[in-house]
Amino acid sequence: MRYTLGMAGALALFWIINSGHYSPLLLALGAVSVLLVTWIALRMDVVDKESTPLHLLGRIGPYFLWLGGQIIASNLDLVQRVWRREPRYQPQVARLPLPQRSDICRVVYANSINLTPGTLTVELKPDHLLVHALSEEGIAALEAGEMSRRVSELDR
Amino acid sequence: MSAVLAILSGACLLLGSFLLLTGALGFLRFADFYARLHACGVTETLATALIILGLMLLSDSYLPPFKLLLILLFVLFSSPTASHALAKAAWNAGVRPRDNQGKRDLPLPAGER
Amino acid sequence: MLALTVITLLLVMAVALVRAFAGPNVFDRVMAANLFGTKTVLLIAAISYLYGSPEFLDIALVYALINYISVIGVLRVTELRNEQRGTKEGA
Repeated sequence: MRYTLGMAGALALFWIINSGHYSPLLLALGAVSVLLVTWIALRMDVVDKESTPLHLLGRIGPYFLWLGGQIIASNLDLVQRVWRREPRYQPQVARLPLPQRSDICRVVYANSINLTPGTLTVELKPDHLLVHALSEEGIAALEAGEMSRRVSELDR
Repeated sequence: MSAVLAILSGACLLLGSFLLLTGALGFLRFADFYARLHACGVTETLATALIILGLMLLSDSYLPPFKLLLILLFVLFSSPTASHALAKAAWNAGVRPRDNQGKRDLPLPAGER
Repeated sequence: MLALTVITLLLVMAVALVRAFAGPNVFDRVMAANLFGTKTVLLIAAISYLYGSPEFLDIALVYALINYISVIGVLRVTELRNEQRGTKEGA
């Protein structure tokens, strides 16, 4: 029930942001469409912890801030690699452990690796990740495990 | 106030454009498929965020910034998924990462082929 | 500054097209198409401010959705084709 309400709320917010019209007729139509989509989602059996991760809401904010800092730093690193006369990079492929148990944390971890330019998840296996990086430092930073630890803490 | 906003937005747009150019240059110059995917990532994360932030600061009504925020969120959620899908499809089709000259294959960790 | 951003975006899209024509294999081309699509989203958003018509932002949002789905779709097709080829060789 919590997840159904959460999903309907998110859909209603999305509708209001995108509409910009607040006449009674249009608001009623919006309410009908929100209910319709929620009903379809319930029938499809996709309303659960995974599609509406309410339990992450409280902790995801600080994590996104930290991730934003990482994204800026790695972007600057890549900028100075590209603008050399000879592009300077030593690609690396490495295997990383995947300690996260829940699917959503694995996805958040793999996507965070992809969002920071310079590191890229190539394969996501049940117990490990295959990561391609533009430099040894990228792999070393991931192996130090700060990102992994922060993602694990999201679900606790 | 609006002059300050205009200057801030101009700075964001300028920085974003520079990052876009950086990504495009890397996209042209890098010798290997996976390296080019990293260059793509530059244009899709910070450059997109800066340009959308610059546009947000330019708006005079209250609805467009929310729509821009939605666009930014969607791009930030979908672009890592798309690049992972690209990398995985290429890996499964037998494209292997090469060194920075694009000549030799990289050494792979034990157990990978 | 808006005009400069639009020109840069067009330049980047031209670069993506060059790579789409030159790209050694199909994945380079799909990557170029993906880059082209995400830059189109930004271009539509920037043009909506350049011309002062905020309705374009809806189009940009829809374009972002379509672009993502099309990239995943094309990749699925190439993957399925590879799988089929693999089973044929195996048999």
